[in-house]
Amino acid sequence: MTYLKSTTLTVNGVRMTRQIPARMHLVDFLRDELDLTGSHVGCEHGVCGACTVRVDGLIVRGCLMLAVQCDGATVDTIEGISESGEAAPLQAAFHRLNALQCGFCTPGMLMAALDLLEHRPDAGGDPTREQIREHLSGNYCRCTGYQAIVDAVESVLAFERNVQPAKADA
Amino acid sequence: MNAPRDLDWLLLSPVAEAPKQPLAPTQTTTGYIGASEPRPNALRLLEGRGVYIDDLRFPRLAHVVYFRSPHAHARIVALDLEEARRQPGVVACLDGRAIAEYCTPWVAVLAHLKGIKSAPQHAVAIDRVCSQGEAVAAIVAETRAQAEDALAFVAAEFEELPAVTDMHKSLAGDTIIHADLGDNVCFHREHDTGDVDAAFARADLVVEDTFEMARHTGVALEGRAMLADYNPSEHALTVYQATQAPHMMQDILSRHLGIPESNVRVICKDVGGSFGIKVHVYPDEMATAAISVMLRRPVKFIADRLESFLTDIHAREHSIKVRIACTEDGEILAFDLYDLTGIGPYSVYPRTSGIEGNQVVNLTGGPYKHQHYRAKLDVVFTNKNVCCQYRAVGHPIAVALTEGIVDLAAQRLGIDPAEFRRRNLIADDAYPYTFPSGIKFEKLSHHQCLDKLLALMDYDGLRAEQAELRKRGIHRGIGLAAMIEVTNPSPAFYGVGGARISAQDGATLRLDPAGMVNVLVSITEQGQGSEGIAAQVAATAVGVPMSSVRVTTGDTAVTPYGGGTWASRGAGIGGEAILQAGKALRANILDVAAAILSVDRALLDIVDGQVVDRLTGAARMPLSEVGRIAYFRPDTLPLDFQSELTVTRHYTPRGYGFAFTNGIQASLLEVDVETGFVKLLKHWCVEDCGTVINPMLVDEQLRGGIVQGIGAALFEECIYSAEGQLLNGSMADYLVPMSGEMPDMIIGHVCTPTATSELGAKGAGEAGTAGAPAAIMNAINDALLPLNARVTAQPFTPEKILRALRKV
Repeated sequence: MTYLKSTTLTVNGVRMTRQIPARMHLVDFLRDELDLTGSHVGCEHGVCGACTVRVDGLIVRGCLMLAVQCDGATVDTIEGISESGEAAPLQAAFHRLNALQCGFCTPGMLMAALDLLEHRPDAGGDPTREQIREHLSGNYCRCTGYQAIVDAVESVLAFERNVQPAKADA
Repeated sequence: MNAPRDLDWLLLSPVAEAPKQPLAPTQTTTGYIGASEPRPNALRLLEGRGVYIDDLRFPRLAHVVYFRSPHAHARIVALDLEEARRQPGVVACLDGRAIAEYCTPWVAVLAHLKGIKSAPQHAVAIDRVCSQGEAVAAIVAETRAQAEDALAFVAAEFEELPAVTDMHKSLAGDTIIHADLGDNVCFHREHDTGDVDAAFARADLVVEDTFEMARHTGVALEGRAMLADYNPSEHALTVYQATQAPHMMQDILSRHLGIPESNVRVICKDVGGSFGIKVHVYPDEMATAAISVMLRRPVKFIADRLESFLTDIHAREHSIKVRIACTEDGEILAFDLYDLTGIGPYSVYPRTSGIEGNQVVNLTGGPYKHQHYRAKLDVVFTNKNVCCQYRAVGHPIAVALTEGIVDLAAQRLGIDPAEFRRRNLIADDAYPYTFPSGIKFEKLSHHQCLDKLLALMDYDGLRAEQAELRKRGIHRGIGLAAMIEVTNPSPAFYGVGGARISAQDGATLRLDPAGMVNVLVSITEQGQGSEGIAAQVAATAVGVPMSSVRVTTGDTAVTPYGGGTWASRGAGIGGEAILQAGKALRANILDVAAAILSVDRALLDIVDGQVVDRLTGAARMPLSEVGRIAYFRPDTLPLDFQSELTVTRHYTPRGYGFAFTNGIQASLLEVDVETGFVKLLKHWCVEDCGTVINPMLVDEQLRGGIVQGIGAALFEECIYSAEGQLLNGSMADYLVPMSGEMPDMIIGHVCTPTATSELGAKGAGEAGTAGAPAAIMNAINDALLPLNARVTAQPFTPEKILRALRKV
């Protein structure tokens, strides 16, 4: 009774072809079929953001997308962006400023924050605190009160502004 | 800053030049107390390498889901599980009677809550359901999806019974939920101290109001979770559970499943938030453990979000009528209040559902020096989900009604709210102090906190700005909320009432051969930083770098026995046990070093992981050398010397029932009088939790707590229909605070360590939640004052504000 669809996708740089039940959500596929348990299931109805992953460069809710919809797509999870070092500046800032407590929201929060760093809302300058808050407002955190998360993202922006351009100039 | 009370024990060297002064972060030679050290255990969480219950992978794992009652109150007429049993992958379908053969029912009462009563509660309902969401059948399958598919084939027939959903009607008792109990009253309590009637008779001003608090819930991002693994060959049950209190659960699983306590092991992996939600006994979790015993294989239950809203404990559904008596110059003479709360059909096991209301009548008016106090409480059963202790238990209610009525009195007397509080707060030199409800304060710092808060926020400047903006039709409000908070509970909280919940905690510290310190401690970690501060205290006490400390929590087979982390007790109680164990280990290490070096122990010290000469500070040997000789070459030590490099110490808070803390919060916000929307502009909190072990973590606890309080004040409510149906049980409908609406929060500290422990730490985990709703409420009412409008029923939604403004 379960309809399987052959799906070819690239997850964290690894290309694979799998027979996937048509009804299986992307986050369940990542967690249960690939054992990539870093993406968390918080609400299963697209509100909390704990399952946020990146599909073809854009962040999506892993609970609102079917795995079979990823045929031909590139999927990145917290495991991938940790291994590649892409999230390292954010992770370091989150750690230094304690921008996490229980850690359940953190992989999704990092995905959303990384998206902000990579797709600035206004080309003219750095996002303001309000814009950071706005960008992260699809990710629920019950522990921190959000302030340290905003601080952490802000500190990475400041680091990039002050250090990286200088390096580029040199 | 947050200087520890007394660092004498750290400055063991007589030639140490460092005077008593605040410690800089990462300063390792004189300790980590007061240092904003990042948490070592956060690193794995940042890489998605945390292990929550649903991340565990077990062979032969079965998945259980529950068929839940669609009715608030109904008789189960028929339950047919045959069709469900025939579905693909289904392992077992079980009703309440089948589960009851493996798990005995419970009644949640405590002897010190005199007269409290409840009815026997089963893991899965038998014959009757008393709230929507109560489990009626368990479906076990090879996969979760198969189990959920099979749910659709459960055939259940119910006969609806009258549902009691209004707590006032419950108290009236026209319909009795549990006939055997005689009425719907779970618990009643009264205080009457001084001469309240005389105080009101001579008062210049009496103000009265009614405050309503909406039922809401914890919404921990990780749902409740248990993986139970029964091993019949050893009659042993290992339970992996997202819980705050593993030893409490070990005892309860043992007694209700009939397995010797020592054969039950409870392990906490990473826990995705708890806030008091995960410290209670849940019927579906007890059933999960019973099913594992029955099926003799591992069984996992993960509550999804919809059943979390339905079945995680709710809290704070209260209606309180309060009045205070004052003199014309603003002295509070007396408080008089009546609190009614509805707690669902059962008192929750084992902590009971009487505690929240009990806290309200114990703590209301707590910051103030009046001597006349009357409080009455009725806790009644209803046919909604059960209520029990959720972060700050009772405090948000007590603080809101106290500070709400205090502001009203100040307003009627024409006295500024800050000045009114200054006139009434208990003086900082009045301690020890007994409040009329009987609670005792060791030492509080209300006036220091008030002064610090007013300076921090530039109170006078904000008032001037507010007046200017009012002229332009901008309605800003400033709200204050003074508070007291129960922390470090002694056995008086639960143990004296007969609950097998440990009030003491223990720590075992071991010097490993390589010179590292291994810490096993009975407090638990749910993200607040228990393991981080454990490492800080241990490193400080032994004299090693924090990088040389490893901490293990949350395993009944591994750690000393203890209560866990709840009621703001982890740092104060667990921290003290670690400190004492660390000091003892330090002494024992020096004994070994003295034996190796053939010198008097008093001539040696440990600094930064090295045994040093106390007088000169010269390095004598690293701890790895002490470990090498003690473990591998003890033959080189004197014949009569035995090294003891593993030390256990316990700590029980005594002398006071609780280590009360105090603080004060302030909210600045703007009300849009056209839409009723509230924009939070800023929030301040000055809090006194005694010795601050890690300022960054304490500030973050306060901020997170404040945001939970803001949620209660503005957004959160479990809305039930008159028939007892939860109408907003999803995250799309139940609003929680998100980053976009939250303000920046400024935190300040006053440091009054408790003298009941050497560490001096009191709790900080709940203060934010305790005071924030009152500060928000007072700020809204301050903004609305010129418009002759007032709100007192949380949450303060745009609709309620517009109604108060008579616009809808």
